[in-house]
Amino acid sequence: MDHQGLRLDGVRIALGTRALIAISHAVAPGEVLTIMGPSGSGKSTLLAYVGGFLDKAFTACGRVLADDLDLTALPPQERHVGILFQDPLLFPHMSVAGNLLFAIPQSLKGRAAREALAEEALAGVDLAGMGARDPDTLSGGQKARVALARVLVSSPRALLLDEPFSKLDADLRLQMRQLVFSKARDSGLPVILVTHDEADAEAAGGPILRIGG
Amino acid sequence: MLTRFGPPAAILLLSGPILAGLAGTILPAVGYLPALGGETFSLDPLRQLAAAPGIGGSALLSLRAGLASAALSLCVVMLFVAAWAGTSAFSRIQHLISPLLSVPHAAAAFGFAFLIAPSGLVARLASPELTGWQRPPDLLIVNDPMGLSLIAGLVVKEIPFLLLVTLAALPQVPLDRTRQLAASLGYGRIAGFLYCLWPLVYRQIRLPVFAVIAFASSVVDVAVILGPSTPPTLAVRLIGWMNDPELSMRFLASAGALLQLAVTAAAILIWLALERFGAAVLRGFCMQGRRLRHDAVLRWLALGMMLASALAVFAGLAGLALWSVAGLWQFPETLPRSISLKTWVATAPRVVEPLATTLAAGLLSTAVALALTLLCLMREDETGARGRRAAALIYLPLIVPQAAFLFGLHLLFLLGGFGASLWALVFVHLVFVMPYVFLSLSDPWRAFDRRFEAIAAGLGKSRLETLWRVRLPMLARPVLTACAVGFAVSVGLYLPTVLIGAGRLTTITTEAVALASGGNRRVIGVYAFLQMLLPLAGFAVATLVPALLFRRFRAMRV
Repeated sequence: MDHQGLRLDGVRIALGTRALIAISHAVAPGEVLTIMGPSGSGKSTLLAYVGGFLDKAFTACGRVLADDLDLTALPPQERHVGILFQDPLLFPHMSVAGNLLFAIPQSLKGRAAREALAEEALAGVDLAGMGARDPDTLSGGQKARVALARVLVSSPRALLLDEPFSKLDADLRLQMRQLVFSKARDSGLPVILVTHDEADAEAAGGPILRIGG
Repeated sequence: MLTRFGPPAAILLLSGPILAGLAGTILPAVGYLPALGGETFSLDPLRQLAAAPGIGGSALLSLRAGLASAALSLCVVMLFVAAWAGTSAFSRIQHLISPLLSVPHAAAAFGFAFLIAPSGLVARLASPELTGWQRPPDLLIVNDPMGLSLIAGLVVKEIPFLLLVTLAALPQVPLDRTRQLAASLGYGRIAGFLYCLWPLVYRQIRLPVFAVIAFASSVVDVAVILGPSTPPTLAVRLIGWMNDPELSMRFLASAGALLQLAVTAAAILIWLALERFGAAVLRGFCMQGRRLRHDAVLRWLALGMMLASALAVFAGLAGLALWSVAGLWQFPETLPRSISLKTWVATAPRVVEPLATTLAAGLLSTAVALALTLLCLMREDETGARGRRAAALIYLPLIVPQAAFLFGLHLLFLLGGFGASLWALVFVHLVFVMPYVFLSLSDPWRAFDRRFEAIAAGLGKSRLETLWRVRLPMLARPVLTACAVGFAVSVGLYLPTVLIGAGRLTTITTEAVALASGGNRRVIGVYAFLQMLLPLAGFAVATLVPALLFRRFRAMRV
């Protein structure tokens, strides 16, 4: 497979007659494209379009390609585009390991193998041995790391970040940024980051697109 | 997609039987029913109805019961919410009152009758020390000709309903800030709430209030138990005509059902006028800047009435339970001399079949209602449109008086050859269960954070899998609560069951009401207790199952 990353090909999103976004851009594997803009500029709608859950109120056109595969032609669940929101949104009715096992693709068979992968992923975010915990008993930083581990074990084609650090306090934000970006780089994931925090954009180290405002 | 069929199916279910039933009622009322020899239109059935002795009195009684019980229960709820919303006493009362919603009307009415009757618990507690009564006084309290005990019995049962719908509307108004603002301008608690917030709240509970009027003006079971007998309310007389072995009486019954429709419509029209009057008075007071600062008496009165209504139902239910196990219990003894299970043992064999029918009709109609509700709500998610008009449709089966369309529906079932089958019963129950299941589940469903679904989709999960493994488990509690509500509604249904069951399919409720005239308090106690127990069991399941299933997960607790 040749890795070309994620390509946004003539993507345009509008709300009624108001054009919000027009973008053509390629994001290489391991690269972070940062979209910056004030709230209400429609930057999150781009992520919704890529992920396949854009609200019906918006009209959009253009293609999103991952390694020559046209994602826009696929239903959301077949796009395999992982997303992180500002809240960790761990499933409250599953244990920490349960959240990860839910995310691991079905193609990985065998309970032992799946559990081993989950444990490995937890260890990778410094949460070794926490699998049996109730997610609600974790600290904010721990929850954010479980959310990251969950999206990574699902073997996504790309990663979408919707202001994922904005609710963390300063210290934690620094750590999470490094962790997320290094994990994405290691996994060779093309990343689209949406933020209004200049420091996020700086830490991402990739191209920055400013919209709206 | 299957969900596409959800809304049309629900619309068909909610309006189809009502429209068809109304047609089936109106045609015989104007003489047309070929199956019974009515081949031409005529005004004879209506003339016959007009000539029925005391028909005007019956109609007025129904009208009065509908308006008075709605007005009184709304007043109590309005004053109570105005005086106490936002306090800790309020939330405590709210928890006390909520379970009362699930008590079937007939059980509550029996309990109330056992409480206020001359030989009832209240008279026993006061005798002979306060009253000097050694034997029950010869007073017509229950079944009084004015219908006062009927109205009181309806009020105590409608208060929990109106309180709950008001509670659902409250979070949408800025309660605390408005209270502070009104207080800072020198308004009393009740006045501040009524001027600033009540119009907003009332707008949202208007349809439920109409439902109360429609129900109270056409109710059969409560009127049989508590209402006057000479003449009884219109709806009770209709049932008598409908069950008359003389089939030609069906024409008269249909004409009566048409009158019932008119009575309920008149009650709602009068209510609309009362609404305007009330709004004008409120506006007038508001424009004059009446502060009504010293409202402590009214506040405590509102609390007192709220508590008294709850207490009446609880005491009544306790009385029912006590009667079902009472040995010898002479007046004016406060408690029975002995307790025995004799009545239960003697009644048990007769209870089995109605109990099985009750469970089957309740569980099946609830299951179908839940499936339809889920399809509708999922469709709503897909299209992003929330049908405002569909919302009014949900209330249709609750606002059209039951008798007016059930008569016709029953007739259509008979003509179609589906009379008295379990499926016909489930179908009719579904018409009444569906609105409650939908109303109970729609708010929590809409409040669900859709980002969980976006995440699941990003993890490669199909919509069905996301529904099964994420949304339904996370909403397990509201889903099961909605089911418990639906089941409770089905258990409590009297008229639809009597008409469609046609004596061959009986439920605990129809059996209990049939016992009303017999006056054997012990047997009534058994049936009414069972009637109350079934919904309670449903709510217990709805509370315990999620609690057990998710006991390890803190965020899943209430």
